[in-house]
Amino acid sequence: MSRIRSFFRFWWDFVVGDDWRVAAGLVVAFAATWALAHHGHAAWWVLPLAAAILLVGSVTREARRTH
Amino acid sequence: MSANVLLFLAVFVASAVEAVEALTIVLAVGVTRGWRSTLFGVAAATVALAAIVAILGPALSRIPISTLRLVIGALLLSFGLQWLRKAVLRAAGYRPLHDEGSIYARERQAASSAAPAAGAGVDWYSFTVAFKGVLLEGLEVAFIVVGFGSTQGRLDLAVVAAAAAIVVVVAAGMAVRGPLERVPENTLKFGVGVMLTSFGIFWGGEGAGVHWPGSDAAIFGVVAYVALVAVLLTRELRRRHPATVPAT
Repeated sequence: MSRIRSFFRFWWDFVVGDDWRVAAGLVVAFAATWALAHHGHAAWWVLPLAAAILLVGSVTREARRTH
Repeated sequence: MSANVLLFLAVFVASAVEAVEALTIVLAVGVTRGWRSTLFGVAAATVALAAIVAILGPALSRIPISTLRLVIGALLLSFGLQWLRKAVLRAAGYRPLHDEGSIYARERQAASSAAPAAGAGVDWYSFTVAFKGVLLEGLEVAFIVVGFGSTQGRLDLAVVAAAAAIVVVVAAGMAVRGPLERVPENTLKFGVGVMLTSFGIFWGGEGAGVHWPGSDAAIFGVVAYVALVAVLLTRELRRRHPATVPAT
């Protein structure tokens, strides 16, 4: 059981990393991009904006925790 | 500068950074406990990583390009933001910098205090530590090689970039006969984070149906944008709380 847990733990750390909110935010951003693009709207700005917001949010949270 | 040059640079630098970290572990174990079993461990991990690239690369090329770009783009964006997050926190002094010298000393201490090898057979401690060190550091590189190579349709170029980086790092390690302490690891990681995030945004967006203004040339704009965000964020963090955390 612990080996299975270790296996999933490894892949979780590998793909998601330290901050699950970033991964969750990316899922929402990709869904929004896909929805906008498939309804004929300009969607190129969504991922750059989401990446900046998620990076700033994640780094700021960690910085606050540190100090 | 073409997208292929960016691809080469991103894979080369990412591979070099991970190779520096793997080299520190391998050197510490090899110098402390002997080279035979250590090099067996390195060889076994290298074969495993080569198999991952050899199997995944051609397999991925059969997936429709838009699906491939969506999946690889999302993974690269996730990896890139992780690299960038750590690099920004380290550059702003909120996390300790990676210090190969102290890691080397720690690994040597652990290697000398582990149980000695039984007889003249394989020293399983050396084999396992070297195998795990190379495999774990190399796994992300293998995914980056496969991801960049198959999405851009240049797996050959990505493999050459990774191999060149490993050759350069190993040659440098042999020349200085020790861990590569002077390599500006965090700066390189910052650069890799920018590249992975940018290509993740670009390919992930294309896979999700985005038409980029300026077509393929938009990648340069995305790289500049991501770099600017990361640099401004680092400066703002430094300004707010000029902290220095000792290297570990």
